Amino acid sequence: MKLTSIDMLAQRREALVQRAAALAHEVRVCAGTACVAAGAGKLSDAIQREAAAKGLVLAVDGDAPDAEATVRLVNTGCQGLCQAGPLVRVLPQDAFYCGVRPKQAARLVSEALQNNAVIADWCAVSPQGQRYATRAEVPFYRHQQAIALEGCGAVAPESLDDYIAHGGFAALVRALEMPPEDIVQTVEDAGLRGRGGGGFSTGRKWRIAASASASERYVICNGDEGDPGAFMDCAIMEGDPFRIIEGMAIAARAIGAQQGFIYVRHEYPKAVARLDKTIVACRKAGLLGAGILGAGFDFDVEIARGGGAFVCGESTALMRSIEGQVGEPRANYIRSVQEGLYGQPTVLNNVETFACVPAIIERGAAWFAATGTPGSSGTKAFCLVGKVAHTGLIEVPMGTTLRQVIFDIGGGVLDGRPFKAVQTGGPSGGCLGEAQLDLPVDFDALTAAGSMMGSGGMIVMDDRTCMVDVAHYYLSFLQSESCGRCVPCREGVAQLCHLLDTMRRGTAKPGDLDRAIRLAQDIAQASLCSLGKSAPNPFLSAVTHFRAEFEAHINDRTCSAGVCRDLTVFAIDAQACTGCGLCAPACPADAIAGAPKQVHAIDAQKCTGCGACRTVCRDDAVRALPRNLPCN
Amino acid sequence: MDAVPRALELNDIVAKYPSGEPRALLHLLQDIQTAQGYLSREAIGAAAQHLGVTETRAFQIATFYKAFHLRPRGRQTLRICTGTSCHIRGAMVLADEVHKTLGAGPGETTADGAFSIELVNCVGACALAPVLLVDGEMLGNVHPGTVARRLKRAGEAP
Repeated sequence: MKLTSIDMLAQRREALVQRAAALAHEVRVCAGTACVAAGAGKLSDAIQREAAAKGLVLAVDGDAPDAEATVRLVNTGCQGLCQAGPLVRVLPQDAFYCGVRPKQAARLVSEALQNNAVIADWCAVSPQGQRYATRAEVPFYRHQQAIALEGCGAVAPESLDDYIAHGGFAALVRALEMPPEDIVQTVEDAGLRGRGGGGFSTGRKWRIAASASASERYVICNGDEGDPGAFMDCAIMEGDPFRIIEGMAIAARAIGAQQGFIYVRHEYPKAVARLDKTIVACRKAGLLGAGILGAGFDFDVEIARGGGAFVCGESTALMRSIEGQVGEPRANYIRSVQEGLYGQPTVLNNVETFACVPAIIERGAAWFAATGTPGSSGTKAFCLVGKVAHTGLIEVPMGTTLRQVIFDIGGGVLDGRPFKAVQTGGPSGGCLGEAQLDLPVDFDALTAAGSMMGSGGMIVMDDRTCMVDVAHYYLSFLQSESCGRCVPCREGVAQLCHLLDTMRRGTAKPGDLDRAIRLAQDIAQASLCSLGKSAPNPFLSAVTHFRAEFEAHINDRTCSAGVCRDLTVFAIDAQACTGCGLCAPACPADAIAGAPKQVHAIDAQKCTGCGACRTVCRDDAVRALPRNLPCN
Repeated sequence: MDAVPRALELNDIVAKYPSGEPRALLHLLQDIQTAQGYLSREAIGAAAQHLGVTETRAFQIATFYKAFHLRPRGRQTLRICTGTSCHIRGAMVLADEVHKTLGAGPGETTADGAFSIELVNCVGACALAPVLLVDGEMLGNVHPGTVARRLKRAGEAP
C-alpha cells in the first residue's frame, strides 16, 4: 500500500502497534552470520514445526498476524554475542538463551511460549554460579548502550511494517517538517562524528555540501567495510536496512539531494540482497521515489556493488568506482563534499553514521550529546574479536575505557591467558598495550595514543600473538590492496613488508629496525591518500609499545610468542603433560606420539611449527622454544 | 556449458544495459561473472564493444577489482578467511594445510576442477575463527588437524 501522506504513515503505525499488542510473546532468533553458521536457520524451522504441532499459531517476521496468533517469531539480525549462538530472546520476559539446538525447540515452545516460564537451566551463568534471568543482567549486555544497533537484533530485517511498528520513519517525518537548515544544525549540535573512522563532523560535512552551489547533489552510504576483523556495518545492513535508508533520506532532505547510492562490499552478498528488497519495499510504499509521503520531497537510492578493492573505502576512490572507473583515489586538495560524484557536491557517510541519524532527529541533539565525551558524543559500535572470551558485536558509550570493553563486556582474554595488546582501527590503526588499557574510546584519545578509532574492529591479542607477525600481516594486506598509483605507497609498503618478513624469518640484519622506521615515516608523509598515509601505523604503534619484541627477532632470532615458524620449535613439557591425547590428532604432520595417559612427545624432524598442538593443550604443556636451542 | 549457449547468455546479459553507457561497465562485468563464473576474453570484448569503451579499459577494470576472475573456476569455491581475527587464530597455518590436502594454493584451482581456492579479507564471522567457506557454506573453528576431514565431508555434500 502506498503511503501518500504523513497521516497515512501514522495510521499505519497505529494499526501495526495495536496488532502487535495483541500478541503474548515475541521470540527473536538471531539470524546473524555466526548464529546461522551455528544452526539458527534449523532452529527457527524447528520452532515453527513444534508450534504447529502444539497448536500454537505464530506470526513469522513481518507477517500480519492471524486472529488466532499469539506469538511472533522474528528471525533478526545480529544480536551481538556471536560466540554463543544460536541466540534466542523471548519477550516480554526478556529471557535470553545461548546455544539453543533445534531439538530443544519443543521445550522452548511448551515452557517459554505456552507456560510463560523462564527456562532457568538454559540461562547464562556467571563464574560464581549466578543465573541471569534476563538479558539485561548478562554482563556482555549490561555495559552496552545501543543507538546505531538499536534495531539490529530486534526488528524483522526485511519487513517494512515491522520497522514502522518499531517507530521507523518517524524521524523522516520530523525532518520533512523541519527547514533543511535545522536538520543540519541538529546533527551538528549533536556532535555526531563520522563512524567510518575519520571522525569528521557529520553536520559540518552536510553544511558544506548544502551551501555549495550546484544543480545536483548526492548522498552516498559507504558500506565498503574492508577492515579485516570488522563487521558492524554488515550487521546493520543485514539486520536493520530500513534505518540506513531513513538516515540517507534525512541527509538528502538536509542537503537537497535527490539521488543516493549505497556502496556495498563485494563479499557481502546477503547485505546486497537485503538492501535490494528494502529499496523495492520503500519505493512501493512511497518512502523512496517522487513525492515522498506527499511532502514534495523526491529521493531515490541505488545500490553500487563493490569489486573487492579495499582502497574503494577511500571516499574519492569509492566515487570513481560508482562512476564505473578504476577505484584509484585522487589527491585531496579538492574536497569531495564540494566536488564529488560526477563533480557534484556529495555527502559520503558510513553505514553506522547514517544509522545514528534517525535517533538524533527524533530525540534531539541534546539527548545524543548527553552520551559520550565532550569531543566524541554518542556511542560507537565495535566488533570485539580475536583472543577474547566473548566475541561479538557491541555498542558502548564513547568514553568507556578499553579495559571495560575487553574485561567487563568481553569477559577478558580467551582461556584466561595474559592480555598483551588490543588493535583498533584496522590496517590504518594501531596496537595498544596493557599500559593504555584505561584509555577511553574517544576519537582524539585513541589518535593521540598512536592508534585510531577506525571503523570499529577491536582485536584482542594474548601472549601467544607475535607483534612482528601482526605488523607484517597488516602491511602485507596493505601491499596487496595498494592501488599502485603513488610510489611511496606502492613501493614503500612493499619494502616495509619485506623488512618485516625478514624479521619473522630470522634473516634481518642489525639496523633494519631503524631502517624500517625511517621508511615508515617517509611513507606516512609522502603518500597520496589516507590508505598510504596511515599504512605505517600498525607497524609504528607496535614498535612504540613492543620494541623489545622486534629487537629480539632481529638480534636473538627468537619469537617469544612462538608464532614465527622459522624461529620456533615446539616441545612437550614432560612434567606438565597428562597424556590426555588431545594434541596428537590435532597435529597435521603426525609428529606427536604417545600412549593414552602417558607423556606425549613431538618429533622435531616432523614438526612444522604450526602450533596447533599448543592451541588445543589444556594443561599448558606444549612449550615454544627458540629454534637455535637444542630441543630437549 | 558449451560455447553456443554461453555466447547466447552473454548477449542476453549485455543487452540488459543501454549501449554506449560506459558508467555501467563495472556492473555489467559483475553480472557476466555472476552468470558465467569468470570473465572470458570474449565477454570482456563484448562488454567493451556494447558500452563503447576500449577493450583495454574493460581489461583494466577486470584486473583492478579482485572480485573478477579471468580463468574458469572450479566446481566449488573454497574461501579461506584471512581477517585479523582468523589470522591470529591460525588462518595461514590452515591455508598451508589446505594447500597440502588439495594440492592447490590460493588463487589456484585443483587439478580435478573440484575447488578454486581464494584468500578473502574477513567474512564477518570472527567469533568462529578460523573460518572456511565452501561455496558460501561456513565451516567455523577449523583446525589444521581436522581440515582434511571437514573438506572431504563438504566436498561430498550435494
